[in-house]
Amino acid sequence: MTRLVIEPVTRVEGHGKVSILLDERNRVQQARLHIVEFRGFERFIQGRPFWEMPVVVQRLCGICPVSHHLAAAKAMDRIVGGERLTPTAEKMRRLMHYGQMFQSHSLHFFHLASPDLLFGFGADVGKRNVLGVAALHPELVRQGILMRKYGQEVIQATAGRKIHGTGAIPGGVNKNLSIAERDELLADVEQMVTWAQSALQLAKDYTLTNLELAQGFGDFDSNYLGLVRADGALDLYDGGIRAKDKAGVVLFDHLDNQRYRDVIAEEVRSWSYMKFPFLKALGPANGWYRVGPLARLNICSSIDTPLAEAARAEFVRISGGKPNNLTLAYHWARMIETVHAIEKVRLLLHDADLQGTDLVTSGERREEAVGIIEAPRGTLIHHYKVDRDDRVTMCNLIVSTTNNNEAMNRAVTSVARKYLSGVEITEGLLNHVEVAIRAYDPCLSCATHALGQMPLQIELFDAAGRLLHRMAKGMAAR
Amino acid sequence: MAKPRIATTSLAGCFGCHMSLLDIDERILQLAELVEFDRSPIDDVKRIAGRCNIGLIEGGCCNEENVAVLRHFREHCDVLVSVGDCATMGGVPAMRNLVPLSECLREAYLDGPTVHNPGKRLPDDPELPLLLNRVYCCHEVVAVDYHLPGCPPSADTLWAAVVALLQGTPVTLPYGLLKFD
Ligand code: SF4
Repeated sequence: MTRLVIEPVTRVEGHGKVSILLDERNRVQQARLHIVEFRGFERFIQGRPFWEMPVVVQRLCGICPVSHHLAAAKAMDRIVGGERLTPTAEKMRRLMHYGQMFQSHSLHFFHLASPDLLFGFGADVGKRNVLGVAALHPELVRQGILMRKYGQEVIQATAGRKIHGTGAIPGGVNKNLSIAERDELLADVEQMVTWAQSALQLAKDYTLTNLELAQGFGDFDSNYLGLVRADGALDLYDGGIRAKDKAGVVLFDHLDNQRYRDVIAEEVRSWSYMKFPFLKALGPANGWYRVGPLARLNICSSIDTPLAEAARAEFVRISGGKPNNLTLAYHWARMIETVHAIEKVRLLLHDADLQGTDLVTSGERREEAVGIIEAPRGTLIHHYKVDRDDRVTMCNLIVSTTNNNEAMNRAVTSVARKYLSGVEITEGLLNHVEVAIRAYDPCLSCATHALGQMPLQIELFDAAGRLLHRMAKGMAAR
Repeated sequence: MAKPRIATTSLAGCFGCHMSLLDIDERILQLAELVEFDRSPIDDVKRIAGRCNIGLIEGGCCNEENVAVLRHFREHCDVLVSVGDCATMGGVPAMRNLVPLSECLREAYLDGPTVHNPGKRLPDDPELPLLLNRVYCCHEVVAVDYHLPGCPPSADTLWAAVVALLQGTPVTLPYGLLKFD
């Protein structure tokens, strides 16, 4: 057997590594994405006061801290009996969340993924980064930077700062949106809607032009899971859990967030710090599912903003009503959500409730609560128990990227089999494996329980397990 | 004259410090004019390719891999900067130093409410780097030239520090740019 390692996986958030085993005839026998980082939040957070959770747990992930901030806050709302937020509080949080969705999706599309899409997967390593793109498409990169900046400014106005904000507190928020903040955001919002639409056009054209490539690039059937509103519409902030199978048949619907444990369990495997979630009813072998933009587009019945809804209709059409199973279609789905997020921001900015002054509620105290949100990368679950002295005694986190663990591994295996079997392996071919991982926009930094180093490096071993050849991306064989 | 080279990495951090660096927004393009980027999570250079003038480190060390990368950076960078509270003092990840590592592993892989682990096996594959008994900040492992506090340091703080280092002027940050939260 020959062993190849890609280490670290780059242009993703966090740390990961891929190992690939080749047989005597250089056919790929096994390919795995390992998450090599372990943090231990669930344990060391025990004993801390519950109101710290929204600010501490977000330190799992600086790329979408708002998601952790809000998932923890939603759980803490229930702990203080304040889950029926005031309109001002709920809308401030939603604004924060849509701002977050907008910045995170823009970051992924422009700063991280665009070199692969614009230059090709095997392009020269020296130009495969956002500065390489800027050299050829300066206006595109400028728009991407300013879109992300705008999302960050929405977050700052609602959470108090761009990264690791403090806006959400148990039972509500600690500020409203001032008229000055509102007007500043309103000044650029139309421009953002326009740019988001052109990014969507780009992602759609890319997918349709490269449909044949996409259909053989980590495409596979799976189950899909996410939150939907009571009427089945896409809702990124709150909703019941819906799951569909590969044919689009609903497995369960509008499941109360508090009951997530009835349907989901996580398998531990010895070779990754990241666990493998599955639907209990189907078991570990068949119950794995996908989350994130592709899954959300596949499970929702509609989108409640017109531009994104029109885009959804087109998206649904190409897979003939069945769930779209293409890994590369994540990019298109992500840009549909980007348009949706900015449409929502625009609506909210015109809502006078944001200047309300009734910010916090509370009610009967509880000792256990679950908070679930649709983070940019997918369904994010926080679950806590709190004792009478306000200390956290139990914490369970199922992070978005963890939900995609099995899917990313399947994508890695299928792309490695297709592109690396029986050929001389080059740096450009190795990047194909990373392209498949990147489509999921994994955040390997917050991938629960995983505190990871995730570089991409490949090693080849012979059948006796001797190291034959080792390659790391961006470095000569050694 | 060749442009100065800059390398960045994330060890036991959350990437928030890297995100804060990206929050310099349009100045990213200016930075690209001033420097050549070597290894960084935002490009595909996996190992430092040439001698670097500046190395920016996010995060402390929680496993052997972090230590190896940090030492490699120290060896290949003239000036090494600990960026953010995790690098300068361990930060939130170092909260695990208050409990034995085995308890953290037990909670995540054996006792957690959704864990399915019939074989009761902890992740132990040779592919996974060994965890350190506790989380170390960077200057416990190698000599560090500058410390930038903050979780994360603001974009303006990072910009001011990097520009001063590139110009060879003393890094003096006004009070408003030095914050520990
Ligand atoms: S200092 Fe804060 S922002 Fe930086 S890596 Fe650590 S937790 Fe993240």
